Amino acid sequence: MLRTLRRIASIGIVSEPPPAVDDSLRVREGLQKEILALLGRALCIRQVDAGSCNGCELEIHALNNPVYNIEGLGIRFVASPRHADMLLVTGPVSAHMAIALKRTYEATPDPKLVVAVGDCGHCGGVFGESYASLGAVSRVIPVDVVVPGCPPTPERLMQGILTAISHRRERAPG
Amino acid sequence: MPLARWWSQATTLPGSPGAAALDVDADGWLAAAGDVAAAGGQLVSMWTTSGHGAVEPATAHAAFLTDARLLVLTLRMHDADARYPGLQVIFPAASRMQRAAFDLTGVPSGDPDQRPWLRHAAWPAGRHPLRETLPSLAAAPAEADDYAFVRVEGDGVHEIPVGPVHAGIIEPGHFRFSIVGEKVLKLEERLGYVHKGIERRFTELPILEGHRLAARVSGDSAVAYAWAYCQALEGLAGTTVPARALYLRALCLELERLQNHLGDLGALGNDAGFAFGLAQFSRLKEQLTRAMHVAIGQRYLLGAIVPGGVGFDLDEPRARALGAAVREIGESVLELRRIYDEHAGVRDRFVGAGEVTPELARRLGLAGLAGRASDQAVDLRADRPWAPYDVLRPVKCVHSAGDVAARVAVRFDELQESCRLVAIVLDTLPAGDVHVAAAPPSGQALGVGLIEGWRGPVMVALETTTGGGIRRCHPHDPSWQNWPVLEHAIIGNIVPDFPLINKSFNLSYSGQDL
Repeated sequence: MLRTLRRIASIGIVSEPPPAVDDSLRVREGLQKEILALLGRALCIRQVDAGSCNGCELEIHALNNPVYNIEGLGIRFVASPRHADMLLVTGPVSAHMAIALKRTYEATPDPKLVVAVGDCGHCGGVFGESYASLGAVSRVIPVDVVVPGCPPTPERLMQGILTAISHRRERAPG
Repeated sequence: MPLARWWSQATTLPGSPGAAALDVDADGWLAAAGDVAAAGGQLVSMWTTSGHGAVEPATAHAAFLTDARLLVLTLRMHDADARYPGLQVIFPAASRMQRAAFDLTGVPSGDPDQRPWLRHAAWPAGRHPLRETLPSLAAAPAEADDYAFVRVEGDGVHEIPVGPVHAGIIEPGHFRFSIVGEKVLKLEERLGYVHKGIERRFTELPILEGHRLAARVSGDSAVAYAWAYCQALEGLAGTTVPARALYLRALCLELERLQNHLGDLGALGNDAGFAFGLAQFSRLKEQLTRAMHVAIGQRYLLGAIVPGGVGFDLDEPRARALGAAVREIGESVLELRRIYDEHAGVRDRFVGAGEVTPELARRLGLAGLAGRASDQAVDLRADRPWAPYDVLRPVKCVHSAGDVAARVAVRFDELQESCRLVAIVLDTLPAGDVHVAAAPPSGQALGVGLIEGWRGPVMVALETTTGGGIRRCHPHDPSWQNWPVLEHAIIGNIVPDFPLINKSFNLSYSGQDL
């Protein structure tokens, strides 16, 4: 016990500040400003692996480590779509997962957001489209934000999630 | 020694050192498999290739590991309707491989279990994506298919279906538990949900690009797969990889092992209700991942291994910094191991959970890390080391209790061993090129790559066309062997221990669904 406490005390807090929102990741206008303001304070995410190689999942896991500490921002991963405000979906969407993905989307209460993760979630990546792969997540459910990368870094993932729950910044005049 | 007669007829196979090939007839197929089993060998992989008319008969292949060497049998089927003899009686793990092979190529086995394995609703029965070109999907299948699970009946027995979408951040698959009260009577797995047509995709890629797909068969084992692919390719093309590149490949393989073991040890602590473990180990993993990013330019090594060598080089200061980071992580892990070992609650959950006895492990062919926790003392890096492991001489880490605690202990031991190997590689890195130009092989031939990844032996069988393209590429994950053993490990345990037991194996879905 003493050893455990000593270790906790000696390391201290290692969490880093979150990255800024990036409007270029947005693929469609999300929810109303008022709803986003509410979600932004306590967002629940359901992660769905719809066919990934498990590479993206490694970086999604990293969001929960003490360095990125996504829970410190009020964002947490939940065990059921019925508790979720956002789906974080990795691809490519395999034909065998397409039905489960649709049902997960339908089980998520409105209003909801979808973030597609990785080159495969974006466009099918190295697996492309075939008899077994539908490719992009947007071919199966509506997508708000896409975070490309193979796999995307935790910073990029965080940026994508934060972009989805923020309103597009007004363009400067001119 | 009956096995010796097969070796004496076998011819050298390009790729993995010591690998040999042998053409057999149906009787020889069964006899050789029986002799391998009698000598204590194991089945590594089975795959089939569709025929093309009368000129090219359909073939079945079985790769065995015996005397720490790979023996690959080829059975040619001149009669188009013939079934090849199933190996499921001798090696139970063969059953799913035979079912998957039929789904993809239409080459049938004599296995009495004829249920589909990788085919769900994506394509109809009677069609085979490696035999004919199936059209790209226009839309998602409308209905999920019906699968004949084995029913357990009796007083008070009921079923819990779980998945394919799981509660955590993990890959999808379906588990059907039959339970009484909290106790598990039977678990039946249904996998194939992340089947994305990898073997078909290989045949559409130029052979010098295939390593990119290989690295993504199972993203947590990118180095192992890419190296196995390159080993097969370089063997076929006669490419000599420079010594410095081989050392850097070994560095990558050990870093990948460290990343996965750190991640698993944290998750296992968490599944035992010890959140401190997850926080500590995930912090160490991030520390390692960042050090790798600085040294190699990648957080995960999906692009590190390329045909002819590696895609990066290390200068002196970056090598020193990486070495220091790994040494520091090794020391922290020693301290965390003491905490895990002394924590009564953690020990209570780990010890005796999900036990696989050495006898059961041998019978079912439990492979790799999980096998070494059940006294199956096989580690290709030590048994038949390929360069540079012949110089590095890794120490095998073996435990015999076969429970979650033993699988944790193997990870702790291997972590220290990998830290030691990383230090040796960085201290003795030969000078020279990190890459030579790789040429595509010429002529139709079969090559194999075999690499001990962090989970176990990863094999890639690569068959070329006469024009130097990919005729067939079969990547094999040790999860094929270990998934069926998980069904045994859970028997008699309680349902709430399943996540812990499952995590202690940490098997790949993507690597087996292909």
